[in-house]
This record gives sequence, structure tokens and C-alpha cells, in this order.
Amino acid sequence: MTAMLELAGLEKTLNRRKVLDGLTLDVAPGKSLVIIGGSGVGKSVTIKSAIGIMRPDAGSVRIDGEDFLALDRVGRERAVRKIGMLFQGGALFDSLTIWENVAFRLLYADSVPRKEARERAVEVMRKVRLAPDFANLRPVELSGGMQKRAALARAIIGAPKLIFFDEPTTGLDPITADAINDLIVEMVKELGSAAVSITHDMASARKIADEIAMIYQGKIIWRGPARDVDASGNAYVDQFVRGSADGPIQAVV
Amino acid sequence: MTPFQQIGRATLATLREAGRFALFAGRAVAACFSPPFYLSQIWRQALQIGYFSLPVVGLTAVFIGAALALNIFVGGARFNAESFVPNIVVLGITRELGPVLAGLMLAGRVSAGIAAEMGTMRVTEQIDAMTTLSTDPFRFLVAPRVIAATLCLPLLVIVADIIGVMGGYLVATRSLDFNGAIYIRNTFNFVENADVILGLIKAAAFGFIIAAVGAYQGYNSSGGALGVGRAATNAVVASAVLILASNYLITALYVE
Repeated sequence: MTAMLELAGLEKTLNRRKVLDGLTLDVAPGKSLVIIGGSGVGKSVTIKSAIGIMRPDAGSVRIDGEDFLALDRVGRERAVRKIGMLFQGGALFDSLTIWENVAFRLLYADSVPRKEARERAVEVMRKVRLAPDFANLRPVELSGGMQKRAALARAIIGAPKLIFFDEPTTGLDPITADAINDLIVEMVKELGSAAVSITHDMASARKIADEIAMIYQGKIIWRGPARDVDASGNAYVDQFVRGSADGPIQAVV
Repeated sequence: MTPFQQIGRATLATLREAGRFALFAGRAVAACFSPPFYLSQIWRQALQIGYFSLPVVGLTAVFIGAALALNIFVGGARFNAESFVPNIVVLGITRELGPVLAGLMLAGRVSAGIAAEMGTMRVTEQIDAMTTLSTDPFRFLVAPRVIAATLCLPLLVIVADIIGVMGGYLVATRSLDFNGAIYIRNTFNFVENADVILGLIKAAAFGFIIAAVGAYQGYNSSGGALGVGRAATNAVVASAVLILASNYLITALYVE
């Protein structure tokens, strides 16, 4: 079966520091992979390289079998339609209402009439437990958890085959974080999409992952089923899962 | 580092920045002429840049026209040329002060606003989000601002020309004992189409500069609130300098 996402030999240097050093991973359709790792090890750069926001210095990115980096603008826009992305801070557009944010892809990329786009946006808002009453509010009028729900609705409205989640629970209280995790699991199952998440939050990782991979110094150093993460036999993974300052990983303070 | 090295480094950095801006401006122009066109965004920006700038441009023009009339009257009196006030006011406003002052006012109001708005969108990942939603930020964000500013500034300058001349008229008829009908007749007899056209060409160029510089600074900002603030400041300074430099170039080319 063709992997939904294949990253091979990715390299990226930023400010003379090698952030990605031959990173390779793949995700099968319908599977949820969570990438864990400390701050500054290249998790965000991996996702940004995969979705075309950042161009890697070397390596290849294949989405649904297509060589993403070799595509022209039109080809990329077509390939990006298979992708949804939930950004860490939500990245909702301040100047638009919640329904316009959720329906952005429909309104501006697919030229769907406003009335129909609004109806579809409200329908997806209901799926992520965001009441239609919020449709006409601006992002600044919502709480952090509500903003995450709206951003999740925006990410899934196009029924993407591949969804990226960048620190989906950062900045949320534990109860709201758990609710967002439940929603992610539910939405990914409902859509049958492949999912790639990056997080520091082990509770979140355990809940949403089929598999967990750990990134360290720009490479994947361990990968296995989520149930095995507590008995990985890898000193780096053990230290990260324990959240201990003692171990081979030096804390950056 | 020696002074020569510092000068060399600064020169290279300036050239690098100029090259980057030229590439950005070229990409912005290409985005203006290739679909999809977001007409609702162009309309929205036209309101922001054009309509909401009317008060500041109008107020600037009326005071400049009035001050110009007073100065020309005082200066002209030294060689018995007081009667040329309407002629020189209309020439000065249409060819030079209307477009330049409207441009400089919009460099402060619009270019800084574009840089701050797009800079905030950049640091909060809204521009990245747009890319993942199959929408090209150059076509959705940059092109509408460039088109709106390039089209709206000439319209604003027409308004500034009329209000500036009226400012001169008010001072001349109320304080300097000019006859109103003669003042208006002299103004229309003296001004030529070429004078107005020169002002409008300048205005279109300044509009492009204001939007392109603001968008460039905002699009490339980084480093949180500090970076956004720096982008807004840079946008005002760079727009103002480019407006004044291009003002000279356009005038020189037109005169030749």
C-alpha cells in the first residue's frame, strides 16, 4: 500500500545549525503517527517541510505517492487539497468571522457560494462541538479551547487524506486538552485520514497515536507502537517519557 | 572590524535587501495579472486605502494650499509678482505637492498598517495557514493591496489637487484681497493637462511603492511583536525615501 506521507533523507540547516539531518519516516493511510521530542529538535521544521511552507536543503517529500517538491504551483495547490493542518496557536484569521475561517478553503480556493459555504461550515462546527451561535463571532471573542475547535473544523472541512497537528493541546487546561484529543481521534477515524502530530504532551501522544516516533538531533531515533513507548528500551525515549532531567538528553535552559 | 569593512558590509546588506525587494515586487506584479483575482479583497482594500484616507489627505491639502498661497504672495511681492499666486499654487499643487504629500501621508497611514497587519499574520502563522488552505498569499494578500493602492492614490491626488487649490483660493480671497472669479479663471487658464497627468503618474507610482514596501516588510517580518514593530517602522522609512527618490526620477523623465 502506498504511504500517505513519505519523508526521505530530509536535511535542513537554519542559522548554521543542522536542524534536520537525514530524517526519514512514512505514514500509512488511516494511521496516526505522533512525533515526540524536546524543543528545537526539528519537529516543527519536519512538518513545515512536509507541507511546503519550508523547502528542505536535501531529501524528498512524497504525498500520496506524488513527489511534492517537484510539483509546480498548480500541482502543489492540488496536492495541498489532500492536506489539513491544525496550527499550534490556531492561526485563525483575525479579520474574518469564525464561519468564514472554517469555510476559508471553500470560499477562496473552491469558489463555493457563500450561502452553501456557511451551511457546510456550521455543519463541521457542530461536529467539533462548536455551537452555531459562535459562527458570526471573531476569533478574538473565543476562548483558547474554542479557537482550537474552530481551527480543527477549518483543517477538516475539505475531508483531507492527511492531517497534521502541531502541538494540538499546548496552552489548554487538562480537561479541554483531553476534549481536543478526543475530537482529534474521532475526526481522524471518521475521515479515515492519516494523521501526523507533534507534541511534548505524553498524555496527548498516548491518546491519539497508533505509533510514536521520537526525533532527536534531526533524526528519528526510535519508532514503535504507542503501547510500547513505556518499554522502548531506548534511553532517550525513556528519559523523555519520564520527563526527567537525568539522562542522555541535555536540557536546554 | 575596520571602518572600510563596516561600509562594505552595510553596502552589501543594502544591495541584498534591494535585490530581495525587487524580486518581491516582481512577484507581486505577476500576482496582480494572473488569476485567481479576489475582487472582494480588492474592494475591501480600496475602502481601507482610498476612502478612509480621504480626511487625512484632504486636511493636508487644504493647509498646504493655504500656506503656499501666503508664501507665494509674500515672496512674489519682492519683485511685484503677487498676481501670480493662483498660477503658482495650482502648478505647485498638481505637479508636486499634491502627489508627494498624499504619498507621504499614506506612507505613514497605509504602508505601516499593511506591514503591521501582514507582520502579525506572519508571526502568528496565519500566512502559513493560508498556504495550507490552497490559497496563495501573494494573490490573496499582496496583490489586492498593490492594486488598490495603485488605483486609489491617483483618485486621492485628484481630490488633494482640488482641495489644495481651494485652500489657496480661500486665503487669497479672504486675506489677500484677490477677486474670487479672477483667481479661479487664472487657475484654469494656467493649468495644463500635462501638469495634472504628471501628478497622477507620480501618484500611481507612489501607490505601488506604499503597498509593495508595506507588504514586503510585513511578509518577511519575524521575531514576534518586536519584529512587527520593526517592520512597520521600516515600511514608513523605506516608502518615504522611495517616494522622494522616484518623485525626482519621474519629474526628470517627464521634463525631458
